[in-house]
Amino acid sequence: MLSKNDVARVAHLARIDLTEDELKLFARQLESIVQFIDKLKELDVSSIRPASHTPALKNVLRPDTIKDSLSKEAVLENAPKSLKGHFLVPKVIE
Amino acid sequence: MEYEAVIGLEVHAQLKTRTKAFCGCLTEFGAPANTQACPVCLGFPGSLPVFNEKALEYGMRAALALHCQVQGFTKFDRKNYFYPDLPKNYQISQYGLPLASGGFLEIEIAGAKKRIGIIRAHLEEDAGKLIHEEDNSLVDYNRAGVPLLEIVSAPEIYSPDEAYEYLASLKAILKYLEVCDCDMEKGSLRCDANVSLRMPGAKELGIKAELKNMNSFKAVRDALNYELKRQKEVLESGGSMRQETRLWDESAGKTRPMRSKEEAMDYRYFPEPDLPPFVLSDEEIKTIRAGLPELPAALKQRFISQYGLNSYDAGVLTSEKPLAEFFEACLRLYPRAKAVCNWISGPLSYELNSRNAGIESLKLEPEMLVRLIKLVDEGALSNLAAKALLTEMLNSGRPADELMQEKDLAQVSDRKALDELLDKVIADNPGSVRDYNSGKANALMFLLGQAMRLSKGRANPKLIGEMLKKKL
Ligand SMILES: [Zn+2]
Repeated sequence: MLSKNDVARVAHLARIDLTEDELKLFARQLESIVQFIDKLKELDVSSIRPASHTPALKNVLRPDTIKDSLSKEAVLENAPKSLKGHFLVPKVIE
Repeated sequence: MEYEAVIGLEVHAQLKTRTKAFCGCLTEFGAPANTQACPVCLGFPGSLPVFNEKALEYGMRAALALHCQVQGFTKFDRKNYFYPDLPKNYQISQYGLPLASGGFLEIEIAGAKKRIGIIRAHLEEDAGKLIHEEDNSLVDYNRAGVPLLEIVSAPEIYSPDEAYEYLASLKAILKYLEVCDCDMEKGSLRCDANVSLRMPGAKELGIKAELKNMNSFKAVRDALNYELKRQKEVLESGGSMRQETRLWDESAGKTRPMRSKEEAMDYRYFPEPDLPPFVLSDEEIKTIRAGLPELPAALKQRFISQYGLNSYDAGVLTSEKPLAEFFEACLRLYPRAKAVCNWISGPLSYELNSRNAGIESLKLEPEMLVRLIKLVDEGALSNLAAKALLTEMLNSGRPADELMQEKDLAQVSDRKALDELLDKVIADNPGSVRDYNSGKANALMFLLGQAMRLSKGRANPKLIGEMLKKKL
């Protein structure tokens, strides 16, 4: 059984804020999804290679050639705050 | 109680491509912040990463040189975590199916060879660079998306000295392969170390600390030495270790626990859907293997057997590929291996070290060094003067003959001139002459030194030796 705490933990890892009601709702919904996966586990797949990708592509490579980067100004347009050409963020170590 | 140290090293080697792993941004070091970034490496929605073929080739070269098995099927995964140096909130890395695994690196420790296992080598992208200020952190994404090869050793390194040798050997190999600059100061080679202690003979590993922030091979060795001592003290006082990450503080000479706001890690890896897998045929792997150069250990062995060098000299000459090539180029012009070797591993290496430069960056052609050695061998230059001349040659890029004339350094073998010189030395140092005559052999060396000094290093040492003895 998936607990409310499991959902809260996964939500936190993905940085999603959920209300108490949402936690309960998603615990119920996720539980039925997990049960469905458990059902798939009953199938015998021992002869099937695991697939990591759906499109039938492989070995897609590019040559080591230069393409223009964005201007510094364009890059920093996406920064909530910037300083001296850098993105400015709250201090991440103590 | 003597504990046993167990060390494993994780090395991140920046692959020497011109552009990043998944986009065409430059990888150049030292560019102004955030000028080498684009929608792909900044993780904008709708952008599509495509892997750099050179990064794949370089990764394969390194893996094969480390005797790893390159996998026929390999893919990228997303490693998910939130940290400001990671613009996409995930790092493209390899988890389940790494490029290569199961290799080894051979090191030489106290004259004996030892193999250290390589568990795996996988491709991944670098993160951005963080600069921490008083109240904020600054982020530069120039480095984000630069291709790395992470090389993970088995926990089979048993001392800080072995760790040092492992790194030195790994660096030499990567440089010979020309896949990585291996400049720790510029971050193109980085090393984290896992270290723990256990009872001798125990099978289980002890609880480890992960050491970070070492900026040189010496720092790795120092940090490991410190940490082993620290762990021993904790265990001997009845305490227990806890698994933690510790930062090496170079100026304090200590490791201290890293206090980070990073959460306990749960990376939730899953296959990177934007990058289709790679199928590497035996044929391709064979081609890359066939293109590998002669590696330092093999080259060193060949120098020993082919030229009769000792292990130390052969090691110095093969420490850098350009130096080994320079040595062999000199030998093609002048096949006196021992003399050429002595000049390169002695005075030339000294000059290179003091200039912190590689032979390839200096204006010294093999012809020029060979000419200098010939002048000494022919007796036209004293060893001392030749060494001084080598410094001049490296400073100016000019040939030995020209400088010898100009600086008036030609060796003096003219008996009459030397006669006068020695008479002066004898007259100036009556005490030493008395000492010599009363049986103190050292006094002769002193007098000869005075004569050499007076001649500014130009007197033919063999000749003045003979002449002085006769005079006394
Ligand atoms: Zn880019």
